[in-house]
Amino acid sequence: METTTTEMNSSLLSTQNKSSDLKGKLIVGATQLAVYTIIAVLFVILGIIIYEGREKFSWEFISSFPTNGMTEGGIFPALIGTFIMVIVMSLAAVPFGTITAIYLTEYASESSKFAAAVRFSVRTLAVVPSIIFGLFGLGFFIQFVGTGFDTAFNGGELRWGQPNILWASLTMSLLTLPVIIVSVEEALKTIPRELREASLALGATKWQTIKNVVLPGSVSGIMTGTILAVSRGAGEVAPILFTGAAYYLATLPGSLSDQFMNLGYHIYIMATQSSDVEKTMPIQFATTLVLLILTLSLNVIAVVIRSRIRRKAK
Amino acid sequence: MSSPISSKQNFTREGLKKQFRLSEFLAEKIISSVAFLSIAIIFLIFIFVFKESLPIFSLGKESVKVEMQQSASVSGDQPESYGGVETEDLQPESYGGLETEDLQPESYGGVEKEDLQPESYGGVEKEDLQPETYGDVQAEPLVENNDSAEGTAKEEKSNSIWDTLLTPDWVPVSENPRFGLLSLLIGTLKVTIISMLIAGPIAILAALYTSCFASKRTKEIIKPIIEMLAAFPSVVIGFFALMVMATFFQDIFGYDSRLNAFVGGVAMALAAIPIIYTISEDALSSIPKTYTEASLALGANKWQTAFYVVLPAATPGIFAALLLGVGRVFGETMIALMATGNAALMSANPFESVRTFAATIGAEMAETVFGETHYSVLFFIGSLLFIFSFGLNALAEFYVKGKLIKKFQGK
Repeated sequence: METTTTEMNSSLLSTQNKSSDLKGKLIVGATQLAVYTIIAVLFVILGIIIYEGREKFSWEFISSFPTNGMTEGGIFPALIGTFIMVIVMSLAAVPFGTITAIYLTEYASESSKFAAAVRFSVRTLAVVPSIIFGLFGLGFFIQFVGTGFDTAFNGGELRWGQPNILWASLTMSLLTLPVIIVSVEEALKTIPRELREASLALGATKWQTIKNVVLPGSVSGIMTGTILAVSRGAGEVAPILFTGAAYYLATLPGSLSDQFMNLGYHIYIMATQSSDVEKTMPIQFATTLVLLILTLSLNVIAVVIRSRIRRKAK
Repeated sequence: MSSPISSKQNFTREGLKKQFRLSEFLAEKIISSVAFLSIAIIFLIFIFVFKESLPIFSLGKESVKVEMQQSASVSGDQPESYGGVETEDLQPESYGGLETEDLQPESYGGVEKEDLQPESYGGVEKEDLQPETYGDVQAEPLVENNDSAEGTAKEEKSNSIWDTLLTPDWVPVSENPRFGLLSLLIGTLKVTIISMLIAGPIAILAALYTSCFASKRTKEIIKPIIEMLAAFPSVVIGFFALMVMATFFQDIFGYDSRLNAFVGGVAMALAAIPIIYTISEDALSSIPKTYTEASLALGANKWQTAFYVVLPAATPGIFAALLLGVGRVFGETMIALMATGNAALMSANPFESVRTFAATIGAEMAETVFGETHYSVLFFIGSLLFIFSFGLNALAEFYVKGKLIKKFQGK
């Protein structure tokens, strides 16, 4: 009895399958094709940039100034400018991001409207086009804060009311804030409830628990967030187009009120506004390669740390 | 046995009541006020981007004080001073001794806002002086031969800025600037549609493969690699599109303009794919196991389950992914700047150059002067972009979440 039903079922299934087998294979094949297309395109981009950039890519290229109207020489000031910017940016964004994440995981209650608003704002910050941050940096930091500061303390002398590395970094820090918040929040969530409860049961207050138990356990999460933020900030150009990036500077920025050169911006102007685009092609590809190595390696590091956190949580 | 403990410790209501500690209180207040900052930033962005675009709303209605750069000197006898002069009251001005018969009262429409630069008059004087007219707005004070501008400028003066915004001409830098946003809108839409047509299907299919068909090990390899694409800075993608893809596609299709909406669209698809992929993959994986198990138990095979059960159930999430993808493409600046050709044309042809909103801001903001109409219009475009992306995000968040909750909780 039982065998006949299974036989019947299997024969039914097989006839049904024959008609839909091809369709199924096509669908699975299409999805597979999509995956391999994306991966192939990614490696083609990577390959071409490495191939074209390799001849110029050297220590000398990284450590020397551009010469001869930026048609020869290296990218040292752009690299240093990018470094200074991401450092100032991290100094601003990491504390704020971490504290916001602590609020969201430790203090906010499920039903709190305020916490929901904070979450929504963070997600909105993550999707606002980067050029809007540039406009905001110009309208708020430069025209409002900077000019206001100049008129109040510098006697109207223009010092902070113009594009500089500080405003560019702060603008960038707004852009990278959500990256940090999301990473830290994720890390805080992996800390077991029991640890917090044990600490509270031993008589520690909430703040003491956060300071001595929760935060030390989430250092790697904060690190991941910082690295991802740096990687994002190093690659973004739109926010700094008019908040501090300079076309060419003969010296490195000496103070926060100086303009700076930036890797991404350097690529952009070399590719679109250079006097001789053909001649500087190897330089452009090599600069792109440097930027790509920088952002991709930072990302790989962050992914490795993150997967380690996830494994620990399991 | 327990009596000595309970007698020593006071387990009464008052004893167990939470003690007020200043440090705790302060810590909580400081932390929540920092959290408030992210809300404040959103408001500040809106206020400040919008504030800078406000002047265009009052254009043509009230006269604006002309701000004046006092620094430069004019090659006449007396430097002119515009400081504090209400523009509507402007009188014919004399250019020290060089007046010719042609010289007519200059009409400074009551709308001027930019810094007038006296140097520019110096150049004009040496040549034959012609009636100069500064129309609605003046982006380039150095323009010299503007004899034909007078008539049109006078006409336009009466119009409000809104009539200009809804025209196809985007000519911000000329003696008679026009700020028509239509061609920019069409350019932006063209690029967005092209890139979503490419990125949408590919990313969703890839997400479907990753969450439904791939083995666990393959999944662990595929996912980080595709997400690596998100780490590519947009300037790198733009550069690649400009240098490699543009030539490649031109060789295939043989169109005229090397940089066009199609190249830009393909490049932006590369930027949108990781976003759409990640979010739809999340949505697909978060479908309850019971759904797939029920489907498989009923005799459906893997692809049938994936296509007829998982995919429809995840539709709201995928819809959200597409919305965020649109938001990304719509506001993408660097790729648009580098790969779309930046020509504001009214045309439906995907192989012609386009200029998008974001690219316009990126390309022109650096050259504008604080306070002039061009500057305000660019900020106005910025507010449009901001409102649009804010709306998309809100839609993705509330509508989709509501739908998902309804679906899975059976409400």
